[in-house]
Amino acid sequence: MKTAEEILAAIKTALPDAGIELILNPSPSAQHSFLLAPKDAVTIASFLREDPELALDYCSNATGVDWPGKEVTEKVKATKVVDGVETVVEESVKHIGPGYLEAVYHLYSMKHGPTDPGGPVVLRMRTVNRTDQVELPSLTLVWRSVEFQEREIFDLYGIVFTGHPDLRRILMWDGFEDHPMRRDYVDPDDYEYEPTPHDAVLKRAEEQRAKAGVTP
Amino acid sequence: MAVEPDLKIELGKQGIVVTTISELYNWGRKNSVWPMQFGLACCAIEMIATTMARYDLARFGAEIFRPSPRQADLMIISGTITKKMAPQVVRLYNQMAEPRYVIAMGACAISGGPFKQGYNVLKGIDRYIPVDVHIPGCPPRPEALIHAFMTLQARIDEQPLTGSERPRHLDAEAQGEFPIPVQGAHDLEPPVNRLVWPLPAPPAAGDSCG
Repeated sequence: MKTAEEILAAIKTALPDAGIELILNPSPSAQHSFLLAPKDAVTIASFLREDPELALDYCSNATGVDWPGKEVTEKVKATKVVDGVETVVEESVKHIGPGYLEAVYHLYSMKHGPTDPGGPVVLRMRTVNRTDQVELPSLTLVWRSVEFQEREIFDLYGIVFTGHPDLRRILMWDGFEDHPMRRDYVDPDDYEYEPTPHDAVLKRAEEQRAKAGVTP
Repeated sequence: MAVEPDLKIELGKQGIVVTTISELYNWGRKNSVWPMQFGLACCAIEMIATTMARYDLARFGAEIFRPSPRQADLMIISGTITKKMAPQVVRLYNQMAEPRYVIAMGACAISGGPFKQGYNVLKGIDRYIPVDVHIPGCPPRPEALIHAFMTLQARIDEQPLTGSERPRHLDAEAQGEFPIPVQGAHDLEPPVNRLVWPLPAPPAAGDSCG
């Protein structure tokens, strides 16, 4: 198996215009990953699969990650009148970024066999934000095995895979509107009976009891 | 019980059988409880083991698992009830003919178990249908299911045929159909059937369990 740098070089040689970025993992596992630009993802994925040296023909896993918006502090120069004199003051403005959703794919090569060390080759794709621009290209046409897993990502994270042959919810019912694996998901308030609550459950149970007007 | 037990034994020695209608009726009911053949999760494996030769549920008159709710008397809720599955479970229960009984088998069926705080798991089937026997365990051993079955038989045996404690099928006023929850935008609607599952009383003051 080639190293991540060699794979990146191979992709760059074959597809010079492809939007791809190597994200290094500094931990001892050194599981580096490739961030694909959504517009080129299908081309790059097809190359990884068809290239005889890489032959990454098996996608073992596809999953999602939710990255909620972080608080960003920006320094803005503003003109203010202080004691009748106009002065330029630096102000720090805090706002929350849009965040994004991520789809992650783990690839192996069955052609080179399980004895080949290395792997998985990790691909990532990111949406523009978490609300209205959540489309990513589906890789189901490249690896058929991710059809259900992309449906699961759609169900639980809300990433819309364009080009997916049958994009429906898979674990929750069709009329369900939330995406339960997102960090800001709030589950239904049915903590009215908790015989042995602790930690977060205790908090929810107490909140609900306070709302119902029952004093402990 | 109208007949004194001692007198009954004495008459039995003379070859005279004395019984009451309710005794005979309940004896018949309790010894041919046919379960419905359906499993929801891993508890179903233990339920299957219970029916096999080693544990042999047939000894209790429950050897025939009917694959149709119309022919079944007992619903063994064997496993996790997801919110996607819950309406179907209630619908199956509604389709069963009276008299019908429910055993909630395992931690998931009685409370949601290890998945209780999950977004997709119902916190116990007793929120929608009346449960006769709850079995804790994850999963309960076949002995536990047999014990639950014997508990159910004892409960059937004790049931009077008249009065307020009579079984539902002898009460013309009793509710026979239970509302099937609808899968809503965020949760099942309604999240609980209060007629079946009234809110348990709040714990007494000073109770450390909250």
